[in-house]
Amino acid sequence: MAGAKEIKGKIGSVKNTQKITSAMELVAASKMRKAQERMAESRPYATNMRKMIGHIALGSLEYKHPYMEERDVKRVGYIVISTDRGLCGGLNMNMFKQVLKDCSSWSKKGVEIDYAIIGNKATAFFNSFGGRVVSQTSGFGDKPSVTDIVGSVKVMLDKYDAGEIDRLFVVYNKFVNTMTQTPKIDQLLPLPKAEDETELKHKWDYIYEPDPKEILEQLLVRYVESQVYQAVVENVASEMAARMVAMKAATDNAGNLINELQLVYNKARQAAITQELSEIVAGASAV
Amino acid sequence: MAAMTTQLDVVSAEDKIFSGLVESIRITGFEGELGIQPGHAPLITPIKPGMVRLVKQFGEEELVYLSGGILEVQPTGVIVLADVAVRAEDLDEQAAIEAKKQAEAHIKDPNSDLDYAEAAMELAKAVAQIQVIEDLRRIRK
Repeated sequence: MAGAKEIKGKIGSVKNTQKITSAMELVAASKMRKAQERMAESRPYATNMRKMIGHIALGSLEYKHPYMEERDVKRVGYIVISTDRGLCGGLNMNMFKQVLKDCSSWSKKGVEIDYAIIGNKATAFFNSFGGRVVSQTSGFGDKPSVTDIVGSVKVMLDKYDAGEIDRLFVVYNKFVNTMTQTPKIDQLLPLPKAEDETELKHKWDYIYEPDPKEILEQLLVRYVESQVYQAVVENVASEMAARMVAMKAATDNAGNLINELQLVYNKARQAAITQELSEIVAGASAV
Repeated sequence: MAAMTTQLDVVSAEDKIFSGLVESIRITGFEGELGIQPGHAPLITPIKPGMVRLVKQFGEEELVYLSGGILEVQPTGVIVLADVAVRAEDLDEQAAIEAKKQAEAHIKDPNSDLDYAEAAMELAKAVAQIQVIEDLRRIRK
């Protein structure tokens, strides 16, 4: 049996770790609330934007924007949004697995893939995994702003305009609730068609003021940016929630470990006392 | 008979301003004032800084200030995607007047580093805000 002193040292170190994890849990919990608020604030804009784009994709418009036409798929682009920091459970790994599954089905069809990466964890992952990375950004902190993501988005949009990629997806963790975050892959381009809107099936077109080309260009770029921004914001909320849960589990585990070690320590101490006593008694009887 | 209504959503990047049934909407489109009633043909247009004046289902009016954005009209409803939207009651008149003065000064000042288009845009926003505030006063009277 290990010496009482060593066990005491071990208990001390586990207690220190527990302090850290419980502090991280509290920090993540308060950050999550704020991230959730931000997410809720920008969600209506993103959903309404998506709705509007769905209408546009269904209409037979006089001006066909390149973003609206389905092309033969030779190369696809993924904007992968990950966290900057670890210690958030399997959040990033689950998402990467989803991406790889999707990508391998593209590869089977002979389609090549470009990645635009947001966040440190994805950078590390794609460095070891390989794959063609065309842009990389990280370090947005907890309050990402739209200007942060414009760069990555522009790289992909330019590629799309140049015909280098024929489809664009965004990958992020959707915040369902505190306990559940699901990796999600959304198609950005060409515009996904709105579902279950039967009234719009007939041929129709908008009245434009002033000019369809200008409006659509402005609208579509804004659409992509708003969707990616929403994805980034949701990912931050997911990260905080996942970290909170992971740290709570770690704190609980540390508590269990301490209890077990305490028991071992008590036994060791008692054994030492008993041994000492029996030695004294044996010594006294020998005299 | 109750008037016909259509679904209206006014959202800005930061907040959901209004969502509900309306009888009619007045809005400043890129090429002028637009009045939209239920059953309007599909329409899409950028919005100039100005206001949305909406008549809610039972005749109640509301004013919302917009700094710009996009309007889409569909048979199923109307969507306003605003850059910044503020309910008229929440507008700060003093701040708006101040912003107007500053923008005017910038335009007059040839040494200013602010470029002209930007200053003109700021001015248009400030003027629109003041206009909305005045309109709101008139409605209340």
